[in-house]
Amino acid sequence: MSATPVMHSSKPTLPAAPAAPAVPAAPRRARALAPLEPVSARARWLLGVGFFVVFVVVWAFFTLGGFVSPTFLASPVTMVKEGVLLFTEYGFIHDIGMTVWRVFGGFVLATIVAVPLGIAMGTWKSVEAFFEPFVSFCRYLPASAFIPLLILWAGIGETQKLLVIFIGSVFQITLMVAVTVGSARRDLVEAAYTLGANSRGIVARVLIPGAAPGIAETLRLVLGWAWTYVIVAELIGSSSGIGHMITDSQALLNTGQIIFGSIVIGVIGLVSDFAVKALNRRLFAWSTL
Amino acid sequence: MNQLSIRGVSRTFTGTRGQTTQALLPIDFEVRENDFVTILGPSGCGKSTLLRIVAGLDYPTEGRVLLDGQTIEGPGADRGVVFQSYTLFPWLTIAQNIRFGLRERGMSEADQKERSDFFIAKVGLRGFENHFPKQLSGGMQQRTAIARALANDPKMLLLDEPFGALDNQTRVLMQELLLGIWESARKTVLFVTHDIDEAIFMANRVAVFSARPGRIKTEIPVDFGHPRHYTIKTSPEFMDIKARLTEEIRAESMAAAEH
Repeated sequence: MSATPVMHSSKPTLPAAPAAPAVPAAPRRARALAPLEPVSARARWLLGVGFFVVFVVVWAFFTLGGFVSPTFLASPVTMVKEGVLLFTEYGFIHDIGMTVWRVFGGFVLATIVAVPLGIAMGTWKSVEAFFEPFVSFCRYLPASAFIPLLILWAGIGETQKLLVIFIGSVFQITLMVAVTVGSARRDLVEAAYTLGANSRGIVARVLIPGAAPGIAETLRLVLGWAWTYVIVAELIGSSSGIGHMITDSQALLNTGQIIFGSIVIGVIGLVSDFAVKALNRRLFAWSTL
Repeated sequence: MNQLSIRGVSRTFTGTRGQTTQALLPIDFEVRENDFVTILGPSGCGKSTLLRIVAGLDYPTEGRVLLDGQTIEGPGADRGVVFQSYTLFPWLTIAQNIRFGLRERGMSEADQKERSDFFIAKVGLRGFENHFPKQLSGGMQQRTAIARALANDPKMLLLDEPFGALDNQTRVLMQELLLGIWESARKTVLFVTHDIDEAIFMANRVAVFSARPGRIKTEIPVDFGHPRHYTIKTSPEFMDIKARLTEEIRAESMAAAEH
């Protein structure tokens, strides 16, 4: 009996191209542009890098070729030089550190509030009915519009910066977590009941573990948005941070530094995104089987 | 002694616009301790609804269900359920799935392990303890589900077309496995199916459901002894029962098609 069932291979692979010389790989190549046809890992990597190269070449062509005034757009070469200066002369690493701390500080605070609230809303329909309309409404309030108000309340110190990130993230996380938990598989909940689970067991050992990968994915998405809020927060009433550096550079018409600052944000965002993605894959290996 | 008493149980569903559908006409049915009863009926006849009411996952509109004299008011560990869909917890390994109910009960780690090892061996899944459900075939997942239900030591086992999604060969082997388990450790079993061969082979008694609204139309005893061998499926006695049930079901399927 135990010998009969066959293990499912976790990922179906395409049948290998026939080895006979009479039939070359032509049919496969013809399908390269077919909808949903997978590409090889190497092609994916080359294509991804390719666009960056195209982008820089076009940028270099217009700036170094003299089609755009350097006052409005620095060339890639100037940008790199300014970038080096930022690190060596202007202590840019401190700005980066401040920005990163603000993003993570505000984001962690939002997570601490939003994840338990979202789980409660997803689990109990009455809690959802109570909070959902308000949270949905708040979600559409732009976090940046709160900045003047937050400066009045919390001054221009760190608290204000953290609060901007907090307000920008907390409502989004709450709603998305509530939806994830609320869409739990009913049949698993029923199975748990028939195995003797009570309400607490259902929440702790069915709803939360089942929703965990979705919650982690939500946090990854919203962390990306938090990066856009932090720069806005730093543009106004700030004395440090990448956003502050960008405002300073604007006053000096230093477009090279502005672009370099934006690229640094992009790189940090990308790295943190990859890190979280890798962490999620490790923590929730079962969900990607 | 009658362990399960279904007394005047009916079920009417109310749609979103207030229209009502009668799924079950009032049903009276008794199941003795350690009996193996299959409920056979055409699809959509309400047989699963009856099983869900016994499981406590659905409620009768009228009537009540008694287990050992106690009215059933909700789901509980005393009635193990195996569903047609694969309901293993995908984030738990096979061993952890089997221990789920034991853990909920607060059993010690050592006892949990002992019980899960015993049932893993019983359903032939040794070596797969640390696999995740998605790494196993459908048949292996259902064997885990059976082990998970049995590990809880329920008074009754309720199965809702548990082998319905499996291919024919696997299905036949699973029937023999479940029957073997039942023969060695008797339990009261209520088994819902639309497969006539399965209904006869497994059961001591086949309850035939009518087309919707469902009621139990006839009951046919199956007197083959135990242990049962798969070769009885080709015996003349088996064929007689099969012919009779085929006629019963055919009439109901045609009635259902006319609606």
